[in-house]
Amino acid sequence: MLNKDLTISKDMFEPAHVDPNKSEKIAKASLNFWQDSWLRIKKNKAAIVSMVILILLIIMAFVGPLLTPYGYSDQNTKHNNLPPRIQGLENVHWLPFDGTLSRRDGTEYNAYEVRKVDAYYWFGTDNLGRDLFARVWKGTQISLFIAFMAALIDMLIGVSYGAISGYVGGKTDSIMQRIIEVIVGIPNLIIVVLMILVLKPGIIPIIIALTITGWTSMARVVRAQVLKFKAQEFVLASKTLGASNFSIIFKHMIPNMFGIIIINTMFSIPNAIFFEAFLSFIGLGLQEPNASLGSLVNDGYKSMIAFPYQMIIPSIMIALIMVCFNLVADGLRDALDPKMRD
Amino acid sequence: MAKYILQRVIYMIITLFIVASVTFFLMKLIPGSPFNNFEKLSDVQQNILLEKYGLNDPVPVQYVTYMKNMVQGDLGVSFQFDNTPVTELLAKRVGPSAILGLEAMVFGGLFGIFLGAIAALRQNTWVDYTSTFLAVVGKSIPSFIFAGLLQYYIAVKLGWLPVMFWKGPEYTILPAIALAMFPLSIAARFMRTEMVEVLGSDYITLARAKGASYWQISIKHALRNALIPVVTVLGPLAVSLMTGSLVIEQIFGVPGIGEQFVKSINMNDYPVIMGTNILFAVLFVVVTLLVDILYGIIDPRIRLSGGGN
Repeated sequence: MLNKDLTISKDMFEPAHVDPNKSEKIAKASLNFWQDSWLRIKKNKAAIVSMVILILLIIMAFVGPLLTPYGYSDQNTKHNNLPPRIQGLENVHWLPFDGTLSRRDGTEYNAYEVRKVDAYYWFGTDNLGRDLFARVWKGTQISLFIAFMAALIDMLIGVSYGAISGYVGGKTDSIMQRIIEVIVGIPNLIIVVLMILVLKPGIIPIIIALTITGWTSMARVVRAQVLKFKAQEFVLASKTLGASNFSIIFKHMIPNMFGIIIINTMFSIPNAIFFEAFLSFIGLGLQEPNASLGSLVNDGYKSMIAFPYQMIIPSIMIALIMVCFNLVADGLRDALDPKMRD
Repeated sequence: MAKYILQRVIYMIITLFIVASVTFFLMKLIPGSPFNNFEKLSDVQQNILLEKYGLNDPVPVQYVTYMKNMVQGDLGVSFQFDNTPVTELLAKRVGPSAILGLEAMVFGGLFGIFLGAIAALRQNTWVDYTSTFLAVVGKSIPSFIFAGLLQYYIAVKLGWLPVMFWKGPEYTILPAIALAMFPLSIAARFMRTEMVEVLGSDYITLARAKGASYWQISIKHALRNALIPVVTVLGPLAVSLMTGSLVIEQIFGVPGIGEQFVKSINMNDYPVIMGTNILFAVLFVVVTLLVDILYGIIDPRIRLSGGGN
């Protein structure tokens, strides 16, 4: 490979000029952990797009129900089961917003004209004549609320449990870990279903049922981190300076594992949305007139053949939220902790 | 190894004992009566019913009787389904659930491995991006959403497959596909990562240097080595199918355990709920244990004794 004819003589080299003042200069501005992570996540287009969609969805979850003149629980049985119709888009026939329904024999008819209804229901109405646009956004709001609360409580319990278990160590640690092992051994589906049966369906019972088993993975991750930090010098230093155990854990250790805590929480949010929808589907979800995305899909499912939009619209909403949360969580994991990449 | 398995079996028994006890006491806490129109019956009639099912005894006595019977394989009789013993009721339903689960696992596993492998072989092309996108979608969207959409578009609109019920092989396709989406995407993701790593390793370079053909390298060397860790994720996935199957069976009218469970929940049929819970718990712990043992056999690099990483 090398050109053997080429002779290298000494006069081809000249000493580099070393300026002792400049050799230590840092050319690039130094970035802290969060700036560095932001640079990395910015490159992940899927995560950024998902984040924007999620922010829009969260805004719409609060603003959406106010945009229509109909309340999410207002019934108008004269206007029941109307298909979606949107001003302006109703003349575009390939869009599903022209107010038509198909009969069993395949022919289409405009439900609004046939029933002489002069109104616009953007996502249609359900079998009691409630506006689905308002209900879908209200449902999104409740589903997200349940998911965020469950994730937050999981985080609080998991972090405290994991930190105490790892920091105290010894017998306490071993007992606390055995408890986790037993809890992990129980399928969470069973616990969630049983808790709802005992507590009766509602927002708070669902949150409680989700958090009873949900905190274990956070506790394990935090414990592993605490064990790692415990042997490090900065902990020894602050101990020598007389810091209390509490302040060592919460002021020195926890801030060092924010990244991992955030990643774990981001993954538990879609999980909670899944379980909430799941409960609605087996008849243990929120009761009327409250709506969550899961209960809307379940209601729409009952009249799927005649009025498919009642199931499809909330289904798409759940799918969109779940995909976006997963993409953001994946992106955050890659950005905050490049080592954890799978 | 023997010590490890023994330790795990002891944990298993403790876990099952706790599940059984918790289930029992929570069932006692549930308000409402399991009998239809219980309030309308006279006191004497109420007493006869309660006496018949042993519900008049103090709770601790009921608990001891329940646990004693359970250890002997007797899970009591159903309140709603003509006093059928719970074990008999569930035994009939194991078949369809097992077929459905197996089909989903095989389809999801094979197709997922295929998707992941071609994604890795065609890294950073549209093939890779499509497969990765499919994997994210499949992992994120709940199986019952897939089930509803599949049922509407494929069965109702296009009429290609039966909408529901369980009358022959073609009836199993849609529910199995809906159930398979999750294992499929997890297998694809895992396979892709493993395969990319293997393709970058020295022995692949060596095989290439020795003049092995592209397909020989891809299949004989890369695929086989990447498969080892993937097999280990399929076990936990089998467990996760249980949750999905509850709703899928209900949606497609599959006469399996999940459908029975949902029915019993809506009918307050306590013995059946308890029995199904225990069955699920047993399946769960046994599969988890088998998978952990398999880990060690398939990949000796995984240390069994140290669980704390």
